Amino acid sequence: MNAVATEPLLSVRDLRIVFDGRHGPLTALDGVSFDIAPGEILGVVGESGAGKSLTGTAVIGLLDPPGRIAGGSIHLAGQRIDNLPAEPMRKLRGRRIGAIFQDPLTSLHPLLTVGDQLVETILTHLPVSRSEARERALNLLKEVGIPAAETRIDHYPHQFSGGMRQRVVIALALCAEPALIIADEPTTALDVSIQAQITTLLKRLCREHGTAIMLVTHDMGVIAETADRVAVMYAGRIVEIGPVEEVTRRARHPYTAGLMASIPSVHTRNAILNQIDGSMPRLNAIPPGCAFNPRCGIGTDFCREHRPGLPPSRHAAACHFPLREAPHA
Amino acid sequence: MPSFLLKRLLNAAGVMLAVAFLAFLIFRFVGDPVELMLNEQASQAQRDELRVRLGLDKGFVLQFATFVGNALRGDFGISYRNQQDVFTLIAERFPATFELVLVATFLSLAIGIPLGVYTAIKRDSPFAKALQFISVLGVSLPSFALGILFILLFSVTLQWLPAFGRGEVVQIGWWSTGLLTPSGRLALILPGITLSLFQITLVMRLVRAEMLETMRTDFIRFARARGLPSRSVHFSHALRNCLMPVITVTGLQIGNLIAFALVTETVFQWPGMGLLFVQAVTFVDIPVMAAYLIVVSFIFVSLNTAVDLLYAYVDPRLREDAVTGAANAR
Repeated sequence: MNAVATEPLLSVRDLRIVFDGRHGPLTALDGVSFDIAPGEILGVVGESGAGKSLTGTAVIGLLDPPGRIAGGSIHLAGQRIDNLPAEPMRKLRGRRIGAIFQDPLTSLHPLLTVGDQLVETILTHLPVSRSEARERALNLLKEVGIPAAETRIDHYPHQFSGGMRQRVVIALALCAEPALIIADEPTTALDVSIQAQITTLLKRLCREHGTAIMLVTHDMGVIAETADRVAVMYAGRIVEIGPVEEVTRRARHPYTAGLMASIPSVHTRNAILNQIDGSMPRLNAIPPGCAFNPRCGIGTDFCREHRPGLPPSRHAAACHFPLREAPHA
Repeated sequence: MPSFLLKRLLNAAGVMLAVAFLAFLIFRFVGDPVELMLNEQASQAQRDELRVRLGLDKGFVLQFATFVGNALRGDFGISYRNQQDVFTLIAERFPATFELVLVATFLSLAIGIPLGVYTAIKRDSPFAKALQFISVLGVSLPSFALGILFILLFSVTLQWLPAFGRGEVVQIGWWSTGLLTPSGRLALILPGITLSLFQITLVMRLVRAEMLETMRTDFIRFARARGLPSRSVHFSHALRNCLMPVITVTGLQIGNLIAFALVTETVFQWPGMGLLFVQAVTFVDIPVMAAYLIVVSFIFVSLNTAVDLLYAYVDPRLREDAVTGAANAR
């Protein structure tokens, strides 16, 4: 896990995403920077609307108007991809960056067999014949753990259970062996027992294929189990980023600390669940300075005026008064 | 699948029986057939004799049963107006209407679907917006007005196309077709376009609305995220999902076209069933009206049933064997 030493696979710098609304532009993502090393799993957590899915959407180039990238850059293996024309970007999607979406029940085309969907995707990206593509599709289904794949390949999505469909979705994302997969809430729509199977599967595939994953979720438990590093997002900015154990055990940003404290534990029975007072500001009402200051217990006037930056250290928090000094920066 | 088919067929038979009952009521209660068939000087004895000969002295239920039995054998009686067998009369006129409707349906799909896809994908282009605007005209312009305008422009002023009739027809068995002769094909153009214009705009607006809806779904987003070419995303994935409502509407509209072709047929003096019906109404030719009602309903019901069966073909989720297959697999 020496992510810093190797050249990053994905490198996002100062990404700014703006939605052109009727009342002027709304900044949904502001100065987001992070790297993902080859084979690394980066978890991205945050509340709804924090911009985590939006970041993933921007990386695979599926940002639709009125949203647009207003600044910053995205590099994939050294190549700048945020300003690519539509056609090269289309070829890149699925080939070098795969995607997994939240709801496996709606991610698959209901009127095409899973085999057809796999074969079409394979033929789009790889120079193989139809029968070779089908062979590959079959192997992929086996690899993601679909029992009786030989018969299941000709079945329609509605004939699969939710967990099985998410496996098919993963197989579809793996079709052309992308180096990076954007997994947007891959387990949120699933039963808890199925969730564990899917995260285990993702981890195994990531290890075997050397695939990096950007795991977007609001489930801290999934992150703790799966990810190598974690980025915590709040109101369109990354507030803390670092190795999972350090962030979960020694959170440095007050928001992360609040997030950790609000995870209920089976060991302590609290009558009232911990929560962070207030709610995340709307996009048109993000306060100046630190966006978290109205909800922060230790904020000062300084926080209201000066926006904290994210230092480039291994475990960094965008806070003027981090909770603890980093053990080794 | 067989039980699905059986259910649909039983439904269809039930509807047809209800329609037959309505047609029978027209027969039975819109005027006294005996009065209509005999002249004023007929004696009471002649009246009674005809009443017995027509079976009108029998009970209500028995009369209805006879009516249904006769209708099943294609016997709808004799036209009051020209003393011809009603079924033969309708059978002679049916090909003309059917060919007209066929052309109109083909035009509505061949033009409506591509326009619908185009206006959905290039939603903001000026051409798509212009099409949207024109389509409002197409929906709201009555077909008789349009037909007359067409005749005025293309037949009277430009003299390109015939203003009325079917042109030369070729007999193939009992079927007369205008598709095989140049004049027959020319004669189809104006009434075909007149009849289809509403359908074209309907199909276009339907496909557009469905496409816009489908383009927002997760599976289209996922298809795009897999880097599939946009041609495939739009046509193979999105359009396929839009076909269900298009099949429904087209299927039902074919019935409508046949039933309401009578306006177009009247404008263009097209020798089809609609014109026959309009003439029958003018002469209170009740057997023709009743038979027309039954034949048109039969076409409606057959189309509905065919649409249901087509669903099962297009959408695997509606195939019952597929559903049980899923249950077994889990």
